Amino acid sequence: MTNENEVLVRIQDIHKNFGKNEVLKGITLNVKKGEVVAIIGSSGGGKSTLLRCATLLETMDAGSLSYGDIEVVKAGASGKSLYDKPAMVEARKKFSLVFQDFNLFPHWTVLRNVADAPHNVLGLTKEEAEARARTFIEKMGLVGKEDMVPCDLSGGQKQRVAIARALAMNPEVLFFDEPTSALDPELTREVLKVIRDLAAEDMTMVIVTHEMRFAAEVADRIIFMDKGVIVEEGPALEVYNNPKHQRTRDFLSQASE
Amino acid sequence: MELTAMFAALISGFGMTLQIFVITLVGALPLGVLVALARMSSFKPLALLARFYISILRGTPLMLQLMAWMFAPYYIFGISLGPDWKFAACLIGFVLNYSAYFGEIYRSGIQSIPRGQYEAAEILGYTRAQCFCKIILPQVVKRIAPAIGNEIIALVKDTSLAFVLGIMEMFTQAKAIAAALANMTPYLVAALIYWFFTLFVEFVLNKIEKKLSYYHD
Repeated sequence: MTNENEVLVRIQDIHKNFGKNEVLKGITLNVKKGEVVAIIGSSGGGKSTLLRCATLLETMDAGSLSYGDIEVVKAGASGKSLYDKPAMVEARKKFSLVFQDFNLFPHWTVLRNVADAPHNVLGLTKEEAEARARTFIEKMGLVGKEDMVPCDLSGGQKQRVAIARALAMNPEVLFFDEPTSALDPELTREVLKVIRDLAAEDMTMVIVTHEMRFAAEVADRIIFMDKGVIVEEGPALEVYNNPKHQRTRDFLSQASE
Repeated sequence: MELTAMFAALISGFGMTLQIFVITLVGALPLGVLVALARMSSFKPLALLARFYISILRGTPLMLQLMAWMFAPYYIFGISLGPDWKFAACLIGFVLNYSAYFGEIYRSGIQSIPRGQYEAAEILGYTRAQCFCKIILPQVVKRIAPAIGNEIIALVKDTSLAFVLGIMEMFTQAKAIAAALANMTPYLVAALIYWFFTLFVEFVLNKIEKKLSYYHD
């Protein structure tokens, strides 16, 4: 039995600037095993940058980051971040990321999109990798689409392939960067459903989203970010129904208009 | 000279034309990838060197480049290479010249691939080499196929520049026969053969583009 309180992701006081623009002003966030964290807030508030720093797509300027006992980024003497290259490779096996615009590989079939990395990165045999891929393709309700290429799929199907691709890497934590922002309401619903199912299976997830009701319903914890800081965080329903800060209240009332 | 003899001479010249054509493609298509990668390298001296290479090769006449390769060993190094050097100089000239053009086409293709493709590959843990060879390059090939096809068609006719080195390709043959007969017919026949060959090349290129059309972005 694993410890329920085991912290999988430890983000400590991270700062990030784009030129003179300070996008993250000291963000601290721990994600526990089995927890679903939703990050909400208006555009430009730093949500996506936070996710991109956590998934190593963006280098932070200061702060530290670790996955379990893998220290990926240490705060140096002056507070500046120091990246550990071998640890980055190890850490990438711990998490995966689902993008807003899917980023499927357009020249590969659905099956290959899901099976290739388990085979060529994790070292499974081709048969094992394909068997694993088929499991997740089925789980995402995409049976029959294995031999199609992404351009033949709807947006919702593409995003579900992307989720299958992420799951096939057996991540401990799954990040979502606005997974439904490129989809119309109907397709949004089918993608939210599979995320909800994953939450029910205690998949550890960090979700940046504009779907407030979904966040309130599926997340254990909501984090409201604005202008590079965490303004408010707490149990999802509490933040959603009784926000303590005026900025959170303003944001939520605007969002529900 | 009767018509069949003329035809036979032109066809044998066409054999040489074909050799130059095929060897140039086999050499320049892969070399162009290296040129493009060097040109985009974050290591500044290498990128600068590639820019210079491309600039010289695209900025001077191919005919002049062929002559430079032909005569450089003697005039610069004082080495006399045998009669075989002529053909080697011709191939070096063609391969390097076309690698510069191909390199720039590859670069345009590589830079047109969205950043998200690299990011997805990085998240999944692919190495940079895997990402380039398995994910980026195949997509680049599809995007640049029309532009590369254009260059390949141009190459069919550029092979005639080998006549400045006295290589017995089809144009050199046509010129010789036309002079001997005091008659323009050999040029007409050569023109038709070039054209038929480009028709064939176009046919193959269309097949390839069709094969790559199983997906779109």
